[in-house]
Amino acid sequence: MSYVITGTCVNDGACVDVCPVDCIHPTPAEPGFLGADMLYIDPDVCVSCNACAEACPVGAVMDEKSLPPELLRYRDINAEFSRLRKDS
Amino acid sequence: MSAPLRVAIVGSGPAGFYAANDLLKRDPASRVELFDRLPTPGGLVRSGVSPDHAARREVIATYERLAMASHRFRFHGNIEIGRQLTHEDLLRCHHAVIYACGSAGDRRLGIPGEDLPGSHAATSFVSWYNGHPDFAAQSFDLSCERAIVIGNGNVALDVARMLLLGHDRLHPTDVADHALRAFAESRIREVVVLGRRGAAQCAFTTPELLELGHHDLDVRVEHAASAGAKPAGRDARAYAVQLKLRLLDEYAARAALPDARRLVLRFLNSPLAIVGRDRVETLRVVRNRLVSGGRGDLVAESTGEISEITAGLVLRAVGYRGLPVVGLPFDAARGIVPNVGGRIVGENRRPMRGAYVAGWLKRGPSGVIGTNKGCSQETVACLLQDFAGDRLPIPDIDDQGTQRLLTERCPDRVDYLGWKKIDRHERLGGMDQQRLRVKLVDLQRMTAVASGRF
Ligand SMILES: Cc1cc2nc3c(=O)[nH]c(=O)nc-3n(C[C@H](O)[C@H](O)[C@H](O)COP(=O)(O)OP(=O)(O)OC[C@H]3O[C@@H](n4cnc5c(N)ncnc54)[C@H](O)[C@@H]3O)c2cc1C
Ligand code: SF4
Ligand code: SF4
Repeated sequence: MSYVITGTCVNDGACVDVCPVDCIHPTPAEPGFLGADMLYIDPDVCVSCNACAEACPVGAVMDEKSLPPELLRYRDINAEFSRLRKDS
Repeated sequence: MSAPLRVAIVGSGPAGFYAANDLLKRDPASRVELFDRLPTPGGLVRSGVSPDHAARREVIATYERLAMASHRFRFHGNIEIGRQLTHEDLLRCHHAVIYACGSAGDRRLGIPGEDLPGSHAATSFVSWYNGHPDFAAQSFDLSCERAIVIGNGNVALDVARMLLLGHDRLHPTDVADHALRAFAESRIREVVVLGRRGAAQCAFTTPELLELGHHDLDVRVEHAASAGAKPAGRDARAYAVQLKLRLLDEYAARAALPDARRLVLRFLNSPLAIVGRDRVETLRVVRNRLVSGGRGDLVAESTGEISEITAGLVLRAVGYRGLPVVGLPFDAARGIVPNVGGRIVGENRRPMRGAYVAGWLKRGPSGVIGTNKGCSQETVACLLQDFAGDRLPIPDIDDQGTQRLLTERCPDRVDYLGWKKIDRHERLGGMDQQRLRVKLVDLQRMTAVASGRF
């Protein structure tokens, strides 16, 4: 189980500041940040603590279980980017 | 140093509120006065971000927290700096001024016919449907069947989507009333979004592209030229391009929806001329191919193959542009205030004492809301260094004198409580009609509501 960032994200990094396991990328300190369309949660590391969802000013983060059908794809997108990042 | 630090911020968009937040946090004695020419805070978060993306407007609630949590923060709406108050006035009352005025101008195409009726800047169209008071009196003729949007960024997609969503989908949002009425009568069935280069070069973001699939639109993709365009690299930018190409392939493979409104993403086409007798009738375009630009990039080159697209409305979404601010140097080529890390510099790159810039006016019009956070933090860091190093001018008017000056020069100013009255009025107005809010778009009415007279 994991949390998922959806397309409403405005890249302000508020979630990064509160995540206890540093599983949200790219962080504002990482080189890829300015070129990122949104931020992504690594499902292999996320501990579903809800801190990012509370910190997000626009409600972009959701528990994977409560994603509406049209946003389900973001689960794969978060996972896919996280895999790609770790492979590099 | 003459504590406490007093700073004026001009512009209450993201750059302004991130700067205010950061200053108040990093210098616990500092005082911040935030000015905006409109009675409503938020900048493009209120007047740019699309009505169907209203969740993103929630970042304006930052002000709520600032205003609630700190007596060191004040909002002054309906005051234009450069008109009612000058840079010099602000520096008599503050150690420093941060300009966060955004980029309100638009870029032109520079092609014949651009001024024909029916041809507009997307900037005006966006400001109009979002109820910006300066644009409320404009009108857009939506009685044609096809519109063309020139440009390949998120603004182009926002505008295209707004033209196609239809009244029922827009009614619950905070789209301006005058625009909602116009959209209800719109006859537009198709929007062509024109990109000069290929799909791999487009500046749409993946969420915007993905979302197009959720609106029962017939999304067509033409000349994407994505073959061989797969970018190398595994960073977030490369990932976004790969995902976009995949999404476009999926749209291209979808069965047509003949009864639905159509959105055509046509790549590799440049506009040559807008043609029509008294108003826009067709757009003449030329087909491009991609050639190496020499620095590892691909640029569009004309093939000479010309065609025409019939349309009654042409919106150019080819970029915003900063406008000069009275009393500040200006880099006209880039549309920004020249600066080093946020310190405004004049001739010889020498810093102007006490003058700073943040956000789009500092970097140019690119990046999303959150991009302005790091940008404003950089500016604030420079300002705090200069304050600590005694490099800021010392104000000669105290806080009481400042409030007197404001009362004298700006009798119609709207403070934070005034804005909250407008906010409440708009939300209540919306509640009656099952809408998110009904925006006030007339300045006089806004100031009347803010002062409790209505
Ligand atoms: C159409 C559109 C849609 C967008 N959608 C999104 C989106 O969905 N998500 C996202 O993350 N980003 C979006 N963006 C980008 C985002 O809006 C910008 O990154 C951001 O608003 C720039 O912030 P800013 O503070 O520099 O400027 P602005 O937001 O433009 O704020 C400038 C403020 O300064 C005020 N001002 C100007 N001159 C003066 C003066 N002389 N005196 C007093 N006040 C003055 C203006 O009234 C305004 O309030 C969008 C942009 C546009 C154009
Ligand atoms: S739910 Fe907790 S662990 Fe998972 S991304 Fe959010 S803050 Fe990090
Ligand atoms: S807090 Fe929300 S908007 Fe900000 S980066 Fe995280 S998910 Fe995106």
